[in-house]
Amino acid sequence: MATDSRTTGGLAVATSGARAATEAALKSKSNRDRTLNTVFVALMMFAILFALVGLVALIVFMFAEGGGRLTWGLLTNPPSTIHPDQAGFRTALLGTLYVIGGVVLLIVPLGVGAAVYLEEFANSERWWNRLIELNIQNLAGVPSIVYGILGLAFIVRGPLSLGFVAAAGSLTLALLVLPTVILAAREAIRAVPSSIADGSLALGATQWQTIWKQILPAALPGILTGIILAVARAIGEAAPLLLVGAVTFVTFNPRFFSDGYSTLPVMIYQYSNRPQEEFRILAAAGVLVMLALVLLMNSLAVWLRDRFERSW
Amino acid sequence: MNDLTTTQSTGSRPLSATDRPESRKFRAEMPTSTNDEALETVISVRDLSVRYGSFKAVDEVGLSIYQKQITALIGPSGCGKSTVLRCFNRMNDLIPSARVSGHIEYHGVDLYGDEVDPVEVRRRIGMVFQKPNPFPKSIYDNIAFGPTVLGYKGNMDELVEESLRRAALWEEVKDKLDESGMAISGGQQQRLCIARAIATSPDVILMDEPCSALDPIATLRIEELMLELKKDYSIVIVTHNMQQAARVSDRTAFFSVDVNDTGQRTGRLVEYDLTDRIFTAPSETETEDYITGRFG
Repeated sequence: MATDSRTTGGLAVATSGARAATEAALKSKSNRDRTLNTVFVALMMFAILFALVGLVALIVFMFAEGGGRLTWGLLTNPPSTIHPDQAGFRTALLGTLYVIGGVVLLIVPLGVGAAVYLEEFANSERWWNRLIELNIQNLAGVPSIVYGILGLAFIVRGPLSLGFVAAAGSLTLALLVLPTVILAAREAIRAVPSSIADGSLALGATQWQTIWKQILPAALPGILTGIILAVARAIGEAAPLLLVGAVTFVTFNPRFFSDGYSTLPVMIYQYSNRPQEEFRILAAAGVLVMLALVLLMNSLAVWLRDRFERSW
Repeated sequence: MNDLTTTQSTGSRPLSATDRPESRKFRAEMPTSTNDEALETVISVRDLSVRYGSFKAVDEVGLSIYQKQITALIGPSGCGKSTVLRCFNRMNDLIPSARVSGHIEYHGVDLYGDEVDPVEVRRRIGMVFQKPNPFPKSIYDNIAFGPTVLGYKGNMDELVEESLRRAALWEEVKDKLDESGMAISGGQQQRLCIARAIATSPDVILMDEPCSALDPIATLRIEELMLELKKDYSIVIVTHNMQQAARVSDRTAFFSVDVNDTGQRTGRLVEYDLTDRIFTAPSETETEDYITGRFG
């Protein structure tokens, strides 16, 4: 290929000129920009550290104090005020399982049902539907002690008159976390593209078949995550339970509809109120058990979300 | 398949009706295409108007869809061709503000009659959408869903294979029926959606710009498929692509749009005739202007 050396040279000069200009332009980021960048990164790192340090401090202190008590006996022994060195959390753990089991049984059908109604059936232009939506969002922010009062007045006493039983605790905590579950389930249902519902309806599926076989399965990961996070919150609640009966110091296994039950957070509260050193250690060990339980639940949430995660 | 590769190898030259000798031959073999009386009418539309709230989207449309033919609805954006299509299987019912007036008869029965169940309508008049919308399930379950909800009791494996074969997808997916319907290419997804529609044995298949999200090769495969499917089904296709209408359809309805003083756009049917006539000797100047590219 014959080339004209003069033209090539001219081209080379032009190219190097353009290159220099481009280089200068690309490097023109000012020092001020760079400093601001660094400051913002540092601020964000600080925010993460602040949150982490709190958690790490809690775990370290609790391990230092209650780590020595971490034995199977801690889980299987009943509580005792006479022999604190042999006392455990058996009845409280069982109480927690009973109460939370009841919560799950209540919030899954109620939460998902309400979310399906609001997303798929309710006409959001009607004022009563908008009122319901507004109320649910408000209820999600109501302090838990208010639900405790409600449970005491309407579930333990009042119309339901269940008495101070585990079922009353379940109902109260279910009411407390229901708004969160509804909101999470609605988000998950709304995230399913309408093209999936259209495709299903165009095949001659009814609205119910479309919801049950297409929308809910597609929304499942989000709904599950919402439910598990709500349950993790319910496990840690002590205040409303104190009002609806979980104060009793029980040495026998609880039952769902008979008086006398305790839960982990309530038991920890009980032990930590006692002046003796042994009980403070016991409370710290209880905190570790709680932390492990919540960590387990949250890991389950993450696992379920990843397992069912879809993209469209 | 060989025809397909040769056509593609012509490179970037835009496809036109003459590139597809077989489609012209197909039309020449249709002795009835010049004789309306011999064709059975599947859907007949009279004075159809659609409003969204106070806004009139389509005004006074009248046309007939004939059995085992491909009818194309063409026209500029906003002319209401998709709206008309969605009236045929009552998908407009899903839009709360939509109001349909006029008459649409399906085999002589008023589709919007009081006792007509839209779910039953959709079981007979299937639909393929603009954007491929496979369900987030396995390829097998994508096909099996329709027959299952309709209470199909036969051999599901056979039905799935048969549907995928008819949609010319079987060979490509037979070894991965358990994989997600969303893990295949866009063109394959659209053929999966067609297979899904066929699996419920509809009478009519509506296609709303089925190729607008696909590349030319995938488009060509869908077009081949449509020509194959019209042996058994009546097909109505909305398309932006005039060459596509010319290549595949027997009849073409050209829609245009009127803009009133307040900027509202109302679609109307300008001309409806055999595709050959629409593209060679349209009777309206508006049609001619559009197909020759002078507007729209």
